[in-house]
Amino acid sequence: MRLRDNYRQAVKKFQPKPSYVANSLKAFFIGGGLSVVAEVLRAQFRMNMPSLTAEQAVLLLFISAAVVLTAIGVYDDFSQFAGAGSTVLITGFANSLASAALEHRSEGVVNGIAGQMFKVGGAALVYGIVAAYLFGLVHFMR
Amino acid sequence: MEYWSAFFVGGLICGGAQLLIDYKFSQIQVVIGLVLVGVVLGALGVYDWLVDIGGMGALLPMSGFGYWLIKGVIATTEQNVIAAGANVFRLVGVEIVAMIVLSFFTALICKPKG
Amino acid sequence: MKLVGRQTWVFDDVYIQATGTAVGPVEADGPIGNSFDVVHHDLYCGEKTWERAERRLMQDAIAACLQHGNVTIHEVDMLLAGDLLNQNVTANYTARAFPVPFLCMFGACSTSMETLAVGAALVDGGFAKRALAATSSHNATAERQFRYPTELGVQKPKSATFTVTGAGAALIGKEKGRFRVTAATIGRVIDAGVTNPLDMGSAMAPAAAHTIEQHFYDLRRSPSDYDLIVTGDLSRVGSVIVKELLMEAGHDVTSNYNDCGLLIYRPEKGAFAGGSGCACCAVVTYGHLLKEMKAGAMERMLVVATGALLSPTMIQQNESIPAIAHGVVIEAVRGE
Repeated sequence: MRLRDNYRQAVKKFQPKPSYVANSLKAFFIGGGLSVVAEVLRAQFRMNMPSLTAEQAVLLLFISAAVVLTAIGVYDDFSQFAGAGSTVLITGFANSLASAALEHRSEGVVNGIAGQMFKVGGAALVYGIVAAYLFGLVHFMR
Repeated sequence: MEYWSAFFVGGLICGGAQLLIDYKFSQIQVVIGLVLVGVVLGALGVYDWLVDIGGMGALLPMSGFGYWLIKGVIATTEQNVIAAGANVFRLVGVEIVAMIVLSFFTALICKPKG
Repeated sequence: MKLVGRQTWVFDDVYIQATGTAVGPVEADGPIGNSFDVVHHDLYCGEKTWERAERRLMQDAIAACLQHGNVTIHEVDMLLAGDLLNQNVTANYTARAFPVPFLCMFGACSTSMETLAVGAALVDGGFAKRALAATSSHNATAERQFRYPTELGVQKPKSATFTVTGAGAALIGKEKGRFRVTAATIGRVIDAGVTNPLDMGSAMAPAAAHTIEQHFYDLRRSPSDYDLIVTGDLSRVGSVIVKELLMEAGHDVTSNYNDCGLLIYRPEKGAFAGGSGCACCAVVTYGHLLKEMKAGAMERMLVVATGALLSPTMIQQNESIPAIAHGVVIEAVRGE
């Protein structure tokens, strides 16, 4: 097939494919590894607090770590390597808020930091809240 | 033993999400998808079982966030339209507050490194 | 005869009298890092915000260019400048410091050759004795405007390019200089239907190929008339496609083709498929390629700056990415 006859089809053979296997293995091991770290922390916290509080404490630790790593400019490089192993975790959500806030600090504390904080992460929050509320109501009606 | 199951549950969620991102979807779409899956499976009671097995491996990904959103609404005695609105944030509220406050002060202090 | 064929301008005697380039840290670290005039080792270039940093780069490039050309800003009759940001803020805010008539241009990453071609035409037509053409881009300002916040963790695909942090300026005039601008081919907007904003090489290659073909057709030339045919920022993906497209049209450019986006970074630098941005073509041409030409490595080159006319809003409305390419022929002036 010639490029100039059907560009959109013919160009596909020139476009690099993602390394499916390598990328998902990286995501698998890093995501799994972070889960194990979280599990170890939860086991520690559970010794002197209720189960739910222990889980929340672990997530808070991960969130704080993600915000700190974002602030020192490491999290984006880590995500480029880890892919979904870091971006679909709660740390990725924390990073999306922190990075948007940091990026827009040059536009001031109101329009910049506060106004733009949910620029990237807001979408997930909207869908989560809408779905949780609706499914909750459906659940009551059963 | 629970460490291995946490490893596999967390790893499989991340590995699957990576395949979806590489195949077709954007990262934001996949994150939204995971949250929705967490909400739906949480409403059906399936995610409770996943958390029993995987522990933090099921709670750390954004599907765990969705699960806590719905669990805040349904796992309580006060089941009405008003209370549901408040209870959406019952479990995840502390995480959201932490993220907003930390991000705010970080942005006040630090500059993006590029 | 100024207009030859459909899209090509031929100039009588227009010269590039001096050039100036300024770059950021990653470019300075690259394989051609020592051919730039001003080097900033800090991405902020000593300024407070990314946007100010980009302005600093453009000011530095213009200052270096004027110094090399041994003229003051008052001797320049026209300033042509452009960049990637909304409302061309870098060019406009830089120009407010200069007491010179100003034309602002936007052609995405093709702006470097657009300003050079229009500048040459103005000088050739007698509308300016000296014109200054400047372009700039900055990795962080482009990232935050076209993509995501710089610190956001997203995994970029292999086809993604890395916006060059830098600025280039060229002084165009009628007095004899080292390099002569002999012709320019102004491109048309070509939309090949590519929608992936992280694969601009595929989107821009048809525009580049069209401009190059039209150039050969208008001037009755062939690839062998050039020592080098260089495109702006097609990167690893697009440069292969443009070679294939030209081959299909019967032009074999495999021996004398290159791409500025491939020259500027070391492959292992995490720069993905190569460099992009207004500054990519500008700093490589004005910094590296003209030095090579001066050293005698080539006599005549065709620089085709490619631009993806990308807008995040249009992408979200499911539109495809239009692209444009402008070519300028630069020849070495030898003798005495």
